[in-house]
Amino acid sequence: MFAFLIRRIIQAALVMLVVASIAFLMFRFLGDPISNLLPEDATVQDRAEMREKLGLNDPVLVQYGRFIADAAQGDFGQSYRNNRPVSDLLAERFPATAELVLVAAGLALALGVPLGIYTALNPRGWLSQGLQVISLLGISVPTFVTGILLILVFSVTLGLLPSFGRGTVVDLGWWTTGFLTPSGLKALILPAIMLALFQMTLIMRLVRAEMLEVLRADYIKFAKARGIPNRMLHFKYALKNTLIPVMTIFGLQLGGLIAFAIITETVFQWPGMGFLFIQAVNFTDVPVMAAYLVLVSFIFVVINTLVDLLYNVADPRLRAERTPAHGV
Amino acid sequence: MPLLELDNIVVEFPTRRGPLEAVKGLSLDLDEGEILGLVGESGAGKSITGAAITGLIEPPGLIRSGEVRLRGARVDNLPADKMRRIRGKEIGAIFQDPLTSLNPVYTVGEQLIDTMRVHLDLDQKTARQRAIDWLAEVGIPAPEARLDQYPHQFSGGMRQRVVIALALCAEPKLIIADEPTTALDVSVQAQILALLKRLCRENGTAVVLVTHDMGVIAETADRVAVMYAGRLVEIGDVKQVIEEPLHPYTRGLMASIPQIGIRDRRLTQIEGAMPGLRNAAPGCAFAPRCPRAMEHCHSIRPAPQDAGTGQVACHFYGETS
Repeated sequence: MFAFLIRRIIQAALVMLVVASIAFLMFRFLGDPISNLLPEDATVQDRAEMREKLGLNDPVLVQYGRFIADAAQGDFGQSYRNNRPVSDLLAERFPATAELVLVAAGLALALGVPLGIYTALNPRGWLSQGLQVISLLGISVPTFVTGILLILVFSVTLGLLPSFGRGTVVDLGWWTTGFLTPSGLKALILPAIMLALFQMTLIMRLVRAEMLEVLRADYIKFAKARGIPNRMLHFKYALKNTLIPVMTIFGLQLGGLIAFAIITETVFQWPGMGFLFIQAVNFTDVPVMAAYLVLVSFIFVVINTLVDLLYNVADPRLRAERTPAHGV
Repeated sequence: MPLLELDNIVVEFPTRRGPLEAVKGLSLDLDEGEILGLVGESGAGKSITGAAITGLIEPPGLIRSGEVRLRGARVDNLPADKMRRIRGKEIGAIFQDPLTSLNPVYTVGEQLIDTMRVHLDLDQKTARQRAIDWLAEVGIPAPEARLDQYPHQFSGGMRQRVVIALALCAEPKLIIADEPTTALDVSVQAQILALLKRLCRENGTAVVLVTHDMGVIAETADRVAVMYAGRLVEIGDVKQVIEEPLHPYTRGLMASIPQIGIRDRRLTQIEGAMPGLRNAAPGCAFAPRCPRAMEHCHSIRPAPQDAGTGQVACHFYGETS
């Protein structure tokens, strides 16, 4: 188990190094930041000073080394646009994205898994067939369209829920949360639904397909032949086998949720990291873009490592301390 | 009263091109503690017959007509939950592949304990002790340690032993063993068969042993039923069927088994193939392959008649003897 952990951490570090290199390349290829940083009437002297101050005159390798070393400590330099440390900007925005993604992921799991089980156990029921059709819509309609539709129905027509922002948030010092106020909670509903919809339908279809497969397995037939009651057969014998592969996909999708959050945050003007990133792109604010890229990859890598560990716990066949089969 | 009676059962699978009869009117009896071998080539309907007894025919297949009776009481028309209580408790089953018959994510102990506690009124502790006893009973060394291991930690032969323990642990009176040793190494097959036979003899459990392997039958069974194209062609004591087969098909089957010690004897094969299930020819299904077939074999289906220790369905029986 320990060796496995070390191996995974080394792999994760390598992935992060590659991502950081790509992030660094953005600095080289996305134009000259000086023209964005200084007023238009800046003198040549001003420009040269700024260039020196930012270390842009150093050899590429030195700049690269500095970038990696700083990034490893969480320092991504100053934002070109608002002249504040990028890490501060991200730290401010992180809670908004984290809460949105968390709620969306919870929603997707809490609805997707039971619906998937239901449709697998009643494959011919009219409700299952209906859910299958609706889930096809959920998968194929682009999320920004569903987001805008949600705003149209619940905000514009019915006037029930806010169409933008986080509502009132409570500042806990290190974290701002929308969970503690009614308006914060209300503001969370529509964006969370929009973000969760695609994942939910995906999980539902995945659970359904896996479960149908498992229900055909010999060990389920044998359990049936031993008179194991349906409830135990479905929710104990079949479910665990179903959820193991679903777990991996969900781990990958959790990273996808953070990435998709960019669209949701833009549609709902949600003050999270994705929204910050879109603004940064508009202003070619490379440090912010680079930091966002590295941070999102980091979260991806951490989640996947955790999922792999969980997988080991859930599936006895993968456990590291292997006892070889013996006997006849 | 026999333990199990099959009374003229017809098993049918509806298809787009009309119903397909896999078993076409099969009757047989089985006494308490008796081991009956059910043989035939692939597609003869032997596994489906086993499934009909346990009530586990894959939908949309169904028993179209006939009755399955256990100690005189019909079991083929029971509601699902009543039949579930019979499965495992009254009628056990063993399937072909031990590698896929065990749930990979639960320990063998958990699977044994679940099965016993569903059918028998046991607390967790007693059930656990009994599970250990069962593992010891089926010849698994260090049963106490093995109880908490997962199926992948057992070899194929060991897994089939666990499967046998699972099938027997709720103490059924009848076991349907569908090709229980086909997936195993030849050296392990004999051990598993001997084990199954010993346990069933000790507990007075009757067995329907479905197989296409005459060697397995000779070693294990008391009586043999030979199926061909969904029908019974011959049934009788194992000694009689193997040594003096009455039906030409059984004779062909026996002649195709190599025998050690007999030299200069060519192995024979039965020419041709079994007719498909859609075959609606009115005569004997074996007639097209039968070396002795006459005109009326193709037009009139022979009815089973008493012969020796059992029955045979052939026009020539009686004429020849």
